[in-house]
Amino acid sequence: MKWETVIGLEVHTQLATKSKIFSGSSTAFGAAPNTQANAVDIALPGVLPVLNKGAVECAIKFGLAIGATLNRVNVFDRKNYFYPDLPKGYQISQLAKPIVEGGALTIVVPSTSSGQSEERVIHLTRAHMEEDAGKSLHEDFHGMTGIDLNRAGTPLLEIVSEPEMRSSAEAVAYARALHTLVTWIGICDGNMQEGSFRVDANVSVRPVGQTEFGTRREIKNLNSFRFLQQAIDYEVRWQIETLEDGGRIEQATVLFDPDTGETRMMRSKEDAHDYRYFPDPDLLPVRLTDEWIEQVRAEMPELPQVKLAKYRMDGLSVYDATALTSSRATAEYFEAVLASLSPSPSPGGSGEQAKLAANWVMGELAAALNKAELDIAQSPVSAAQLGTLITRIQDGTLSGKLAKQVFEGLWEGAGEVDAIIEARGLKQMSDSGELEKIIDDVLAANPKSVEEFRAGKDKAFNALVGQVMKASRGKANPAQVNELLKGKLQ
Amino acid sequence: MSDTSLSTLAAQLAAKQVSSRELAQTYLDRIAALNPSINAFITVDPEKTLLEAAAADALIAAGQAGPLTGVPIAHKDIFCTDGWLTTCGSKMLHNFVAPYDAHVIQRFKAAGMPSLGKTNMDEFAMGSSNETSHFGPVKNPWNPAYVPGGSSGGAAACVAARMAPAATGTDTGGSIRQPAALCGITGLKPTYGLVSRYGMIAFASSLDQAGPMAPSAEDCALLLNVMTGFDPNDSTSLERDKEDYTRDLGKPLTGLRVGLPREFFAEGLNNEVAAAVDAAVEELKNLGATTVEISLANSKLAIPVYYVLAPAEASSNLSRFDGVRYGYRAPDYASLDDMYCKTRAQGFGAEVKRRILIGAYVLSHGYYDAYYLQAQKIRRLIADDFNEAFKACDVILGPTAPGTAFKLGEKSDDPVEMYLNDLYTIPANLAGLPGMSLPCGFDTRGLPIGLQLVGNYFSEAKMLNVAHQYQRTTDWHARAPEGLK
Repeated sequence: MKWETVIGLEVHTQLATKSKIFSGSSTAFGAAPNTQANAVDIALPGVLPVLNKGAVECAIKFGLAIGATLNRVNVFDRKNYFYPDLPKGYQISQLAKPIVEGGALTIVVPSTSSGQSEERVIHLTRAHMEEDAGKSLHEDFHGMTGIDLNRAGTPLLEIVSEPEMRSSAEAVAYARALHTLVTWIGICDGNMQEGSFRVDANVSVRPVGQTEFGTRREIKNLNSFRFLQQAIDYEVRWQIETLEDGGRIEQATVLFDPDTGETRMMRSKEDAHDYRYFPDPDLLPVRLTDEWIEQVRAEMPELPQVKLAKYRMDGLSVYDATALTSSRATAEYFEAVLASLSPSPSPGGSGEQAKLAANWVMGELAAALNKAELDIAQSPVSAAQLGTLITRIQDGTLSGKLAKQVFEGLWEGAGEVDAIIEARGLKQMSDSGELEKIIDDVLAANPKSVEEFRAGKDKAFNALVGQVMKASRGKANPAQVNELLKGKLQ
Repeated sequence: MSDTSLSTLAAQLAAKQVSSRELAQTYLDRIAALNPSINAFITVDPEKTLLEAAAADALIAAGQAGPLTGVPIAHKDIFCTDGWLTTCGSKMLHNFVAPYDAHVIQRFKAAGMPSLGKTNMDEFAMGSSNETSHFGPVKNPWNPAYVPGGSSGGAAACVAARMAPAATGTDTGGSIRQPAALCGITGLKPTYGLVSRYGMIAFASSLDQAGPMAPSAEDCALLLNVMTGFDPNDSTSLERDKEDYTRDLGKPLTGLRVGLPREFFAEGLNNEVAAAVDAAVEELKNLGATTVEISLANSKLAIPVYYVLAPAEASSNLSRFDGVRYGYRAPDYASLDDMYCKTRAQGFGAEVKRRILIGAYVLSHGYYDAYYLQAQKIRRLIADDFNEAFKACDVILGPTAPGTAFKLGEKSDDPVEMYLNDLYTIPANLAGLPGMSLPCGFDTRGLPIGLQLVGNYFSEAKMLNVAHQYQRTTDWHARAPEGLK
């Protein structure tokens, strides 16, 4: 039997507000346990929540970015359950009326069969505001559990997709696109290690052609894209095997163990809580006015999908445009490179320059950053420097090969582009008299190659070009070498 | 003690006829003498009280005194008070020393009013007789065999016994007005949102409101001036201009339209109470008021609605008492779940557990629509009734409670009988309206009878004047129980 995988994701993004969603304490990560938990966060008797409007604005930004409906009247609900790191015994969340409903995200899935990237639109169900819980610390305490409430009350936006993904690759592509978007619009720092972006995957399988969904299992708390992929792949295999062996899938919540690469049962549906949701009487409904929404919209940067479309208009491929819009910092760097080109690219006629700039940003620069484990924002080579470098390629001062040497100089902090060219003697040879002399010397020194070429061996020509380039220490213009050499050999 | 009205005490302090320390000491002495029999206070800390009084004296000496600086007051043990044991009448918080001041406490401190201590109350404000307190029942100063009402029973009893010139209370379904009635004092529950709930341990958040309790309406007006005001820490606190609640005192009642809800004078009302309320109506007519019969048809549903909504909110509000961070924790347990179960089973009393169970039930999956949502709808209908009624009248008048004080233990085994005591007070909480109780007579056993006024939103000043005019021509409020040492 052929099986189809169905995946929907729930992503908890910590909102990048300075203070918590219902109290004034700091949300900074990494402080000593319980030093960022005030009376409200530890739920002393008598304390009350006060909504941080900044968290609402983050949610508005997200809703605008995905073209969703923003609910104008927002009610907070209490989700009741007992856990030591949930100090009030309830979580303030939104059940009936989430702030964001609908919307969609375009994802680019690398296709394995054709080798081509494929665009898909994934629809979102909803996104709602809620508060994070604290943390239970099971290590360090013999026979006891420590409770750290620093995280308690950190604002979250829980983003729920429709079950529209059909492979782990699509799920990862969606998660990446979402990660790009939330960091792009500045509502989340995207730090997955610190738990700022946590993914739950609802996974089910069904025979191809069946319309109703299979029974789903939810994989909780995946904190890397790799784990997301591995967990879904394992879970899908496990579900198919179970069904093919005549078993049944029971609705359950499971955990992924990165050490074994397997998922294991956390709780079954029977253990599911009755959360006894009801509207929180301590908080008044929050109304979103047109004025407020427009004010928030005005603060938003140009969105990745808009930039992607522009880059494609500039003649870049889907692949290039997607890579350049993988983060706001990358896109901003790329645009700064373009802006510093001389002459600056003219609209419509910028294709070649854009392509060249894209190649440098995603090629040499990306490789160097990757090797040094640096973010593009920390690049030792500035966008203006890279722009000058590209300008020097275009005006014939540098060959591609020499440009790479100049780039190395820039990376090492050896100075500006022109100074490095000067100091290291990397200027491309443009004096044809000097080049002709080198060619004559090479021809004289390699009579065998000359003979072979004349005997019809094209390979010998390439060998001679190589000798000339070597003799010029790479500074000769390869096109010019070709031309002159051909003339002399005929 | 002779005249202990707040204005008189304030005048004596201002004239330096008495110091705040002397005044506080007088009350502390009376508490020491009477509290063992009345049990109105859970915590008394003379050292702290006298320190606060000394600070008030310093303010007076420096000419920086406010209207009530130096006048002592007792606080219900539901208000978190920095450095004071704050128990809410429960074993669950028997050891909880609050690390911060409730907004109400801050305001009284800022006004320079020393705290005489923390008053006894029904556990987590759940009760109408003060018998659910972990710290034992409060006795009615008019007759110690009788209950003082609840949940602010300690507050009402200490004022009635003149162990304090005034007290704070809280009212979720009648917890200021009913004990005020049963103890023969005046108490007011303001419009919801007028007094900040920050630091007031929550019972039912959408109903809870703090208010003043004192012998007279004039006292209550002065106290309300201190208590009210916007607090950014309470999202349900109302942002309004500051009012002087004494501003209407002295206005004649000529032309005042008093609404008499027919449902409040129907079956179930004790004859002696009915007669006393009728007499009060006649008195108001003498003062220039007219009466109009009105109907609050949905108020008969107030008790069932209240006993869905209040427990629902309470079941969630009381979840934080889990033994993890503060308060009581069971000494022996085998697991986390066992710790929760034992802590809450041992830490909460029967009435609190009953209401948590009711609340959890009405919010549970499959019952929410039938109970909680339905109750919310009826709550709106009850508010609509009042809205309609206030087109025809300025203030609504009726009995505060269906009867006078009952004997200790008389109703403690019958929760429904107990709940009926709040029949007339609950509608105002559901609608968020201000309500007050004032003394209007005594029954043949010598127990006080209370009269209730319910006003439109923000009409506290007007209501207080109605009560004040009545109290200028009667002396029920000025009577104190005899036979107390």
